[in-house]
Amino acid sequence: MTDTLLVSTRKGLFEVRRHSSGWTVQRASFVGDNVTLALADRRDGCWYAALDHGHFGAKLHRSEDDGESWVEIGAPEYPPKPADEDDGQDGRPVPWALQRIWALSTAGDDRPGELWAGTIPGGLFRSRDQGQTWTLVDSLWRHPDRKRWFGGGADLPGIHSVLVDPRDSRRVLVGVSCGGVWETTDDGETWTVRATGMRANYMPPEQVDDPVIQDPHLVVACAADFDRLWTQHHCGIWRSTDGARSWTEIKQAGPSTFGFAVAVHPREPNTAYFVPAISDQHRVPVDGRVVVTRTRDGGESFDVLRNGLPQNHAYDLVFRHALDIDHTGELLALGSTTGNLWISEDAGDRFTTVSTHLPPIHAVCFV
Amino acid sequence: MPIVHFTANLRRHVACPSVTVEGATVREALARVFEQNPQLRGYVVDDQGAVRKHMNIFVDGVQIRDRVTLGDPVTPGTEIYVIQALSGG
Repeated sequence: MTDTLLVSTRKGLFEVRRHSSGWTVQRASFVGDNVTLALADRRDGCWYAALDHGHFGAKLHRSEDDGESWVEIGAPEYPPKPADEDDGQDGRPVPWALQRIWALSTAGDDRPGELWAGTIPGGLFRSRDQGQTWTLVDSLWRHPDRKRWFGGGADLPGIHSVLVDPRDSRRVLVGVSCGGVWETTDDGETWTVRATGMRANYMPPEQVDDPVIQDPHLVVACAADFDRLWTQHHCGIWRSTDGARSWTEIKQAGPSTFGFAVAVHPREPNTAYFVPAISDQHRVPVDGRVVVTRTRDGGESFDVLRNGLPQNHAYDLVFRHALDIDHTGELLALGSTTGNLWISEDAGDRFTTVSTHLPPIHAVCFV
Repeated sequence: MPIVHFTANLRRHVACPSVTVEGATVREALARVFEQNPQLRGYVVDDQGAVRKHMNIFVDGVQIRDRVTLGDPVTPGTEIYVIQALSGG
């Protein structure tokens, strides 16, 4: 069981460690800066932090000494945009410029130092040198359907989920808001949309089932059974049991099926966690009570977990990267827009409050 | 030769002392700066080389007009200020 959690917030990166007395904030890095995401690479021990400096753009930093020191490394950079490129389907051209690093993932164990980055406005990037340099995955960027993607959660479309098949590093799935789920089985040479079964209520009726305009908020796969996936979608919860070839909606899940975050148990594909809010029009917990919903039977039924979570006038929202489960499946962490951080050491049965006064939390990540 | 100054707020993230460089346009002058200091480039301009949305560049007290290709002319005595726009970002 890990003893370290990285918490990315609007005002810095916080390292939370477990001591005999419980979990406490051990160190703050980048204090005052907007840290949007962090990644701990178990293969070589490197940590990565994505920053958004606003005026000065999105940057990446790497630590090789468990957060003691950080070095700025290369950030994904889009290639020159051809003068005759017309990729704005609504008449608004897409800027070929990095807006945000929205996903960071390690490649397979057989490819040390290789990383994937999903970005807004929709580019997928790969690094083979621990993030020092990045290359746009041209095949996906130039896919004709990419021009049909549109913004969800931001003005421009973005890749927030990058899942590398542990059985085959050449197979990668990416989740796009709003652009569905895409699969490559040939190391990024070709791509196929994999969002059949999802439903987009926010579109005109004839486009509701169109896979290319779906808004999966986050896509996760069970590490031990990678063909079993879960998606927290803008319009509800979906699961796949056939490697994303088809998706089935889970229509009931405690107080609501709307939310952003999802986590799946690393060995039990039927066990998944969600953090519901009322709806897309009311992005606050139902009845002002923060709960986590857990299924252990593939979505047939859900436990509503509230032990240790605020149950009175709580208006916390948990963003898509702000719920994590560790590699044992016992530790859960969630952080909210209100700056609350909770950890459970018993798979969600009971949560303890680590802090109630962190900056707004974008993401949590067990080391 | 033009001299280029950078906002103090930028110095918190990357070293950027004032520097005297050659160049007949803002683009040429900044290109010289970025040759000497490659890390600085991404803090001032975006992937396409345009001035970042929430950055401003002044040439002898006048805001540049060409934010895309930075073609505004400069002269040997010009002072170029690279500063933050007081807008969002």
